[in-house]
Parts: sequence; C-alpha cells; structure tokens
Amino acid sequence: MIEVGLGHYLVLGAVIFSLGMIGIFLNRKNVIVILMSIELILLAVNINLVSFSIFLQDIVGQVFTMLILTVAAAEAAIGLAIIVVYYRNKGSIRVEEINQMRG
Amino acid sequence: MIAHAIFFYFFSIIAILSAIMVVVSRNTVHAVFFLILDFISIGCLFIMVGAEFLGMMMLIVYVGAVAVLFLFVVMIMNVSEQKLSWFRGTRKSNHIPVGLVISFVILLELIVVVGGWKYKSSFLKTESLIFDKELTNTHLIGNVMYTEYIHLFQISGIILLLSMIGAIVLTYRKREGVKRQSYLTQITREREDSIKLVDVNFKEGVKIDD
Repeated sequence: MIEVGLGHYLVLGAVIFSLGMIGIFLNRKNVIVILMSIELILLAVNINLVSFSIFLQDIVGQVFTMLILTVAAAEAAIGLAIIVVYYRNKGSIRVEEINQMRG
Repeated sequence: MIAHAIFFYFFSIIAILSAIMVVVSRNTVHAVFFLILDFISIGCLFIMVGAEFLGMMMLIVYVGAVAVLFLFVVMIMNVSEQKLSWFRGTRKSNHIPVGLVISFVILLELIVVVGGWKYKSSFLKTESLIFDKELTNTHLIGNVMYTEYIHLFQISGIILLLSMIGAIVLTYRKREGVKRQSYLTQITREREDSIKLVDVNFKEGVKIDD
C-alpha cells in the first residue's frame, strides 16, 4: 500500500478511463462534455504510457505520449469547430436533439 | 518512498474526484474548470514520477491551449447552464443502465489486466533500453524523437496543420459589410484607373468626390 508501484498508476489510468467512458455513455446535456470525456480518456492513455515508460526504463513511451498529446489537441480543435458550426446552424447542441443523421 | 506514496495518493485522489466532477457537474463552465484541475494534477504526477518534460508539456498544451479553447467555446455559445438535470432526458430511453454496466465491465477488465501484470515474474525486456541516468528527461526525449522517430514527429506536425486548416475551413463564413483585402485587384491596378490629372482654375479649387 505504501510502496507505490506500476500497478497503482495503472489503476489510476483505468479509473480515469472508465470515468471518461461513463461520461460519454451517460451524457444527455451537450456535446462539449462528450469532448471533455474524450480528453479524459486520452489522459488515461497518457498515464499508462508514461508509467510504463518510467517503470520499464524506456523513453519511447514518452515519445508516444507526445504524439498522443498532438492528436488530442488536433481532435479538440476540430471537434470544437464542428460544434460551433452546428450551433450556428441549429441553435442547440443538446445530445438528444441531434438527430440529423437518424442515428 | 513514503513521500512518493503521499504525493501519489494526494494527486491521484484529486485527479479522480475532478474527473468525476467533469462528468457529473451541471454547469459546463465548472466542468471545464475541473478538467483543468485534472490536467494539472496529472501533470504534477508526471513531474513527480520523473517525466518532467511531459508534465510541463501537459500544462502548456492541455491547460494552456485545449482547456482554454473549451472555455472559449462554452462561453461563446452560452450553453453553460442547462435546465435539465443530468442523466435525465426528455424522451424515454434505456441506454443509461446499459452504459453503466458496460463502463463497470470495462473498469473491471482493466483492473484484472493490471492484476495479471502484477503477478508476472519479471518485466519484459524491451529492445531499446535508452534510459540514461546522466542526461535529463528533455535531453533523452530529444535524442530519440529527432532521430529514430523523426517521421512520426513530422506526421504529427502535418496532423496539426490539417487540424488548423480544417478548423478554419469549417468555421469560415462570408459576412456582409466586411471589407476584405484583394491582392489581385491591388496588383493589377493600372495608372489610368486611379490617377486623373485636372487643371485647377484660379480661386475655384477641385471637388474630389464627384
């Protein structure tokens, strides 16, 4: 319990990943919270990569974390642009009212 | 080691609580603030565990760019306060218990995977053990990223360029009453189009706008 090892970090990553997934599944408010949940999921992946990189003494995991950081930033920018355009056209971004594609 | 444990539990509890608050808070602006708190605490964990460069990068990229972008969009669109409480929609739907069950199953699977990792006898030796205690973390990442992974680095740059172009193209719109600069008109303007020589009579002056 006192000795913090790799397992602790992996459990932290798992918990944050599951919280992000709950946020995606259960959200009824707006799409922005779903995007934030995706950010949480990517953060959990980053935690896993960094902890493996530290505990396996291999720097490559941190390089891949940088790439994930890049992809997360790009995804946030594109997603928010889509949301802004949708809000401009429809006037609402509530999840239940988005049924344009009959999905 | 005790200090490590104390700091780990402190930051991880803050991170988990703020992640919960991101998901359940009614006000979207509060959700963004809790997201920022989450990023900061995870960045502190990274710095504490020895990945200083990534911790700082986390602060710069996530807190400085992504979270502020979220905050801008939330405040521009005026969707911060939602009338309906969370988990309750206007229509009848039964996807909420299913989603909860799936989330908990995924959490349990991840925990099982972690436990299985714990009972492994030794770590798998990776091919490239390039962890040098002499160099700093930033130096190590730079050594690897600009040599072995230069292609991935450049592809990530292209991804950033694409996302920038995509965001601009998506949100661009023509508006009335906005004067825009036209380079073609500027360059192709002739002397005869814009200069007119007039003879000024004495004590009469010239009307400029006619």
